[in-house]
This record gives sequence, C-alpha cells and structure tokens, in this order.
Amino acid sequence: MSLAFTQAPARRWRMPGTTGQIALALGLAAFLLAFLLVPVGSVIYVAFTEKGTGGFTLINFADFFRTDLFMRSFWNSFYVSAMTVVLASLFALPLAYITTRFEFRGALIIQTLGFVPLIMPPFVGAVAMQLLFGRNGSVNLLLNEYLGFRIPFMEGLNGVIFVQAIHYFPFILINLSTALRNIDRSMEEAAQNLGSSGMRMFRRIVLPLAMPGYVAGASLVFVKVFDDLATPLLLNVKDMLAPQAYLRVTSIGLTDPMGYVIAVVLIVVSVLAMWVSALALRGRDYATTQRGGGGLAKRTMRPWEQVVAYGVVGLILALVLAPHLGLLLLSFATIWSFSPLPDGFTLAHYSRVFGESSVYIKNTLIYASIAGLIDVVVGTAIAYLVLRTKLIARHWLDWAATAALAVPGVVLGIGYLRTFYDIRMPDGTPLATMWIVLVIALAIRRLPYALRACYAALQQISVSLEEAAENLGATKPRTVRRIVVPLMMGGILAGFVTSFATAAVELSATLMLVQSNADAPLAYGLYVFMQSAAGRGPGAALGVIAVVLVAACTLISQYIIDRNQKTTGAAR
Amino acid sequence: MTAHAIQDTAVAVLHTAALDLHIEGVNLFYGTNHVLKNVNLDIKPGEFFAFLGPSGCGKTTLLRLIAGFNTADTGRVRVGGRDITDLPPWKRDVGLVFQSYALWPHMSVARNVAFGLEERGVKRAEIQRRVAAALEIVGLSHLAERRPSQLSGGQQQRVALARTVVIEPKVLLLDEPLSNLDAKMRVQVRRELRDLQQRLGLTTIFVTHDQEEANTVCDRIAVMNDGVVQQVGTPVELYERPANLFVATFLGTANVLEGTVVTSGEDRHFESLGGLRIAIARDAVLPAEARLVFRPQVAKLSKDKPVSASAFEGEIMRREFLGSIIRFGILIAGQEITVDEVFHPGVVEPHEIGNRVWVEIPASSALWLGPGSGA
Repeated sequence: MSLAFTQAPARRWRMPGTTGQIALALGLAAFLLAFLLVPVGSVIYVAFTEKGTGGFTLINFADFFRTDLFMRSFWNSFYVSAMTVVLASLFALPLAYITTRFEFRGALIIQTLGFVPLIMPPFVGAVAMQLLFGRNGSVNLLLNEYLGFRIPFMEGLNGVIFVQAIHYFPFILINLSTALRNIDRSMEEAAQNLGSSGMRMFRRIVLPLAMPGYVAGASLVFVKVFDDLATPLLLNVKDMLAPQAYLRVTSIGLTDPMGYVIAVVLIVVSVLAMWVSALALRGRDYATTQRGGGGLAKRTMRPWEQVVAYGVVGLILALVLAPHLGLLLLSFATIWSFSPLPDGFTLAHYSRVFGESSVYIKNTLIYASIAGLIDVVVGTAIAYLVLRTKLIARHWLDWAATAALAVPGVVLGIGYLRTFYDIRMPDGTPLATMWIVLVIALAIRRLPYALRACYAALQQISVSLEEAAENLGATKPRTVRRIVVPLMMGGILAGFVTSFATAAVELSATLMLVQSNADAPLAYGLYVFMQSAAGRGPGAALGVIAVVLVAACTLISQYIIDRNQKTTGAAR
Repeated sequence: MTAHAIQDTAVAVLHTAALDLHIEGVNLFYGTNHVLKNVNLDIKPGEFFAFLGPSGCGKTTLLRLIAGFNTADTGRVRVGGRDITDLPPWKRDVGLVFQSYALWPHMSVARNVAFGLEERGVKRAEIQRRVAAALEIVGLSHLAERRPSQLSGGQQQRVALARTVVIEPKVLLLDEPLSNLDAKMRVQVRRELRDLQQRLGLTTIFVTHDQEEANTVCDRIAVMNDGVVQQVGTPVELYERPANLFVATFLGTANVLEGTVVTSGEDRHFESLGGLRIAIARDAVLPAEARLVFRPQVAKLSKDKPVSASAFEGEIMRREFLGSIIRFGILIAGQEITVDEVFHPGVVEPHEIGNRVWVEIPASSALWLGPGSGA
C-alpha cells in the first residue's frame, strides 16, 4: 500500500458556526458595545478632549494635577485604600492562622464571615457605626465615663478606613485561607525534616506559598475601596476621588471635563491594581496539593492558646457584627443621641418604610431580578459561544464583559449619562433617565461575576454529554435546552442570586442614574433617608430589610449549589 | 421461557436492519496535521467490524467522522447507499456509544433511553414500549428509575447501549466500550456485545487498541497506524498474512530480522546485520526495504545442527515460563530472536540459559515484509 501525498487535497469549506450562533454573537457584541464599551469610551474621550473645540488635549489632566482639592482627594483615596488593606490584613491574618494551623471549633463561624461583604454593603452600616464608634457614640461615651479618654475611630478618613476594613477583610481572609489550605502537607514536612519548625517555618515556607492568594485578596480590597462612592458620602467625607467625580457631575454638570478626568484616573488605578494582582499570581500556581487529603497539619491548642484564640475571634466577631447590631438598634430606636443605647424602642420606622416607602422595595425587587436575569442569560450565552463554538473572535465577548470589572460604578454612571442623555424617547424624556437604563447598568456591573459562574458551570459538563444528544437526534438548540441548561442550572441559579443580591444594594451607579424618587431602588432610598437625622430610623429599617433580603438570597444560593452537587455530582 | 427467549421478544420490538457502510477517499486535517490519509473501507451488512490501532492512529477520529462530529476535508461516507457526508450528527441515525458512556446525570435511566425517541417525535405509548424493550435486552428493567450516578460502571455501559439501540440506528458505533471496565467484566461484556450484535443484526464498528478484544468479537478488522488503514482482514488473515511490518508486530509477537537484500545477477539473498546469509526463493515477491519476519512458534530449537539450510546457531539469553509455552530469547549474530517451545509437563526441558542451540526457520513460514505506508 503506497500512498504519497505531495500536496494537500482540495479541502471542503466549513462554516465557522451556525447562523443562529453568529446572530447570537452579534447580538451580544451589540449589547456590550452599546452599554459598556461606548459609555466608557465616551468618558475617556471627553477627558482627553478640549472643551468647546473638541480637539485632543491633555490640559484637563494638567488641571487635575494642578488643583489642590483633586490632588488631596487622590492621595486621600490612596491612603484610605492602602490603610484599609493594612487594617483588614490585621483582622484576617490571625483568623487565617488559627483556622489553618489548629483544630479549632470556631472555624465554621470564621468561614461564615466570608459572606458578610455580600450580605451588607459598607454604606448601609456606616451611619450605625457613627452611633456606636463616633465621637459621641456608645463606645466612646463609655470609655470617657470610665477611663476618661476617647478613641477617634470615626474622625474623617479614619471612619472610612474603619468601616471599609471591617466590611472587606473577609475577601483577604477567604483568599488567604484557601491558599493556605491548598499547600501540600509534604511542603511542611520537608521543612520540618530539614530542621525548621514553628513560626519560623510558617514565615519561611507557608507564608511565601500563600502569598499569591493574599495579594489577590488585598488588591481586590484596594480596588473596591478606591472605587467606593457611597461609604465616604454617607460619612460626609467629600475629599476623595469617587465622591469628587460624583459631585462634579451632579453639581457643575455633564459638560464639565473634570468629572471625566477623575473617572479616567479611577479606571487607571483599578486596572493597575488588577495588573499587580495578575503579576503576583503569574507563574506562581502554588496549588501544591498532590494527594487526596493535602492541607497543612493541624494540631490541638494548648489551653492558653485557646483563650487567646477565642479572645481574638470574639473581638473580631464583635467588630464585624457591630454595624449589623447598630443598624438593628437604630431601626427600632425612638431617639438615639449622646447615649450608649437608644432612649426607647418603636416599630414606627418599619410601618413608615412598608407604607409610604414600599415603592423602594418594589423597585429593588424588579430591578435586581431583571439585572440578574440579564446577567445569567448573557453569561450563559457568552460561556456557550466561547467554550462550544469555533466562531472567530468569540473570546472578545468574554474579554469585553470581563472588562466591566475595571469600571467603577460611578464611571459607568457618568458614561451612561453622557451617552444616553441626548437620546430622547418619543415623549421627550432622555433615555438616560429611564429606569431600564439603571437596570442595565446594574447588570453590566455584575456581569463579570455571573459570567464566571456560568463559565465554570459549563466547563464542568463533558462535551460528550452534548454529543450524545446530537447523536440521538437533538439539534444544537434542542441540546442546549434539554442537556446544557438543565446541567448548568445550579451554576446559573447561583449566578442569578449573587447578581440579584449585589445589584439590590448597589449605590454607586444608582446615585448617578436615579432621577426621581418613584423610580428609585432601596439603596437610593436609604441614602436619601440617611441625609437627615429624622430619616435615620426609617433608613435603618430599610437597611435591615436590605440585609434580610440579601442574606436570604445568599442562603438560597448556597442551598441550590449544595443540592445540585448532590444530585448531579457523581456521573460527570 | 428462558432468559434468551424473553429477550428475543424484546429484540423483535426493535426493527433494526443490517446496512452496508462505505468510506471513500476520506482525508482529514487538524490544521496542517494530516490525521486521516485517504481512508477507503467497505463494511458489509451485519458485520462486526473493528478499527484497531495504537492511540493517535486516527481510529477514534474516523469513528467520530462517521457520527458527524468530525468533518472530512475530502471523501464521502455512505450508509445503505445514502450519502451522509454532509448531514449534521442529529440527522444521521448513526448510533454512537461513547467511551465515557455520556449518560445525562439529571435524567433517570428510562429518561436517558427515551431521549432519542422523544427527539424523533415518537408517540408516548410507543416510546414506553420501546424503552421497556431496550432495557429488557440489556437486562436493566428493574433499574429504570435510577439515576446514572447510582449505577455501577457495567450497568452504566448497558444503559448507554440501550439508549443507542432504542433509536434503531442504521449503524452502531462503539468507542472503546470496554476500556472503563475491570479485566473480569471486560471478558463478560465483550461476549454479551457480540451476542447482542448478532441478535440485532446491526452493522457494528468497534474501536479498540486491544488486539485480543478485536480478535475475539469481530468478523473483520481494519488495522490503522498514523492515519492510514494498513490492512483489512479477518483476525486469522491478519495474523497469518500481515501486509507489512507494522501489522505483523502489532498483532502478536513477531521476530523481525534486520538486514538488506543483496542482488547479484539472477541470485538474491538476504544479509542480516550480523552477517547471516539467507537464500531468497526465485519466485518470491519482495516489498521495498524487506525484512525477514517469522512468529516465535514456527522456529524450531535443537541442540544439534539440523539438515535444513536455514538454521542458525546462537546462545540462549533468556528463558521465560509462560504456562503452556516456554519463551526463549536467543542471540544470533547480534540480534535477539524469540522462540516459543510448547511446554510438556513432566518432561525435563533440555535448554538452559547459556547453552548454544540451533534455530531452524522453515522457509514456508517466513515472510518478507516492508515497513508499509505511513509508518
């Protein structure tokens, strides 16, 4: 048998995908273009454009760097973010150490802390924190009375750092603990075999191995704090970057270039922080677990160690729960001023919130549901196109959707106002003031997370399960409906619930885009209430409702994930 | 009624037919990588056919091409005269049993089996009848409501088989169906597969890298290597008359004597690397780069020089007891030759390591083979 092929025979031409797939990809591209790339692009464009002439200029940036207020704001934002990381690390390190090195009964409580940032956004608890830790708050009143001094927890920038660190330290804790748990026991045993032990070994072997996980968590916290608009605003700290951007656009107007310049600075810092994190993780895939068990050796604590451990955990737990507790007290308080506890308790705030302000709750449920739905539909579609087709440039969809991570809410809000304000609906109202635009903004902000959830869910499904369906006569759309979506359902639902929960309490983009109280969601209502002393009670009640709502969603999503793993886990 | 008789009534529910399958001039590239090279095969109606070859030889690629999951760059595939080359997988009626079984974890066994019929719009009562029959054939009627994750590996494989035959496919494709089973199950399941195939009368293609599996269940085998079909034949044909060195060494043990053919006028002889001279018959047709090939059991060992001209002296280097035979490794002129002697219980084996012995190679059993194509 001799077959010599000197040249390839003429090949059959293949379509890169079905027409349905191509149409879907184009639709998604148009969606991302219209609601992410164009708005953000227009922000960057305006920042580099001379007012009036429309020519390219760097003069706006020169103005930014020459203005004392902006430079002070920039360094304040930087300082607050960096100090938050430091303080959050101080909270997270002992907890991570205790849970990974010792047999510790409180480990479950510490793991549960991971959900805290999801359950309550920092601005919700900010006012309650004032009442507990402020100059005339409960703690300082007691300190002053018995010990004769006060601690300025909440003075100026301290307040922002304190509130943010309490809120965001679980991000560092979770990443660090996961990294620690992924270290193979043999790494530790090898060090012990060569004569190293105790803290010295922890510092030289364990910590360096866990470093990428720590950096990933720390940079995430840095970005979140740097971009946060609501917490400083509620604590009445205005000389930080995100509040400055908001104030410029809302007080001076959409034509003022400085808001756009600040927006660009925010984006650049976000991208830089993520780049640092990517750099820290590159080439250091330290997931060294090789055997089934893995993990570091744990030992039981000596009695005095237990005392210290429970003391540390108790203190941190008290701090973490302080905003929740304060908020709950405030929501039932008649008057709470210059006293450690409220003067009396009432249900009036709740009746007021459920009565006249129930529109906030209704809007929130509608907006967050639609945003969550958009996220999982778009996320599933992009994941399917990327993982299951050979369309050209399909990865661009993934990259574009993920780019939303680097866009602070305030920037997206400015971009939407700029892009959609001049587009008028038939009745003359600007498109930017329509509630659906706010919903899309919320969806875009959460899309990267939902996309990852959908992506992971689809990746777990073996392609042969789909091929088997096609082999037995199911077309591609039928296969998606009967095999792919049911098998992805756990991931999709988890993605939906997470998107729903976080969209329900998003304030940065909401503050920019809400034009009337009738269209406002809960987070906005809370912000409005908290502006006045009289509104604090109802505001706190609204906050409690938000926390309950989000906590319920988080529990549901956990339940769904657990159940899904049980029913479909084995046969994959 | 015996178990077989019950199953026969179930088999009668499924209207399977035996069709022929033709593959003509199929070429397939992954980028610049030429994966299938001008494949031509004619598979007869009702035949149990194997694609046999080492991993990476293209056998699974060819199977997936028949099922429609790979697209041929050139060539056609016909089933029962119908050209299916350009049809999508869901219109081919070519049943594929996946190596991993690919059972859907979110559906019960019965729902898995019913899936293909539902997609074809079969009426509910008929679906129930046929699903029951298919489960009966594979002996899993009692597990219809279980989830796949609650079944053993062997049971999962039967579900996969039932799910495929229930759609009454025109051809049945089995992708390494025994690879996920333990050794004992493998022997049992391959007998069951053969039995089922015979009773359904389905044209079946079986992909495997295991020659024993292919030899025991298949009517004919296509031996593949490097994207090329090396030879097609029955197991005995392939063993006795391999077309080239690859087939000879892949199927069973074969001695390959390295060397060159020397031609001097009318006379030709083979000169091995160590300088042995072996005469070549006048009428022998030799392929290019021919080598002398013979099976271990055709050579004969003796202490004294035999009369035959094609006998060579060597030293015993290895001696392995394999039960029914004893396998000797004998160094002859720098090359080690394997010779099998039948073991006779009670008889003292005369050959020991280090002994000098004569190996006689009967000219009638020796083959002249070239490396073949694509290797």
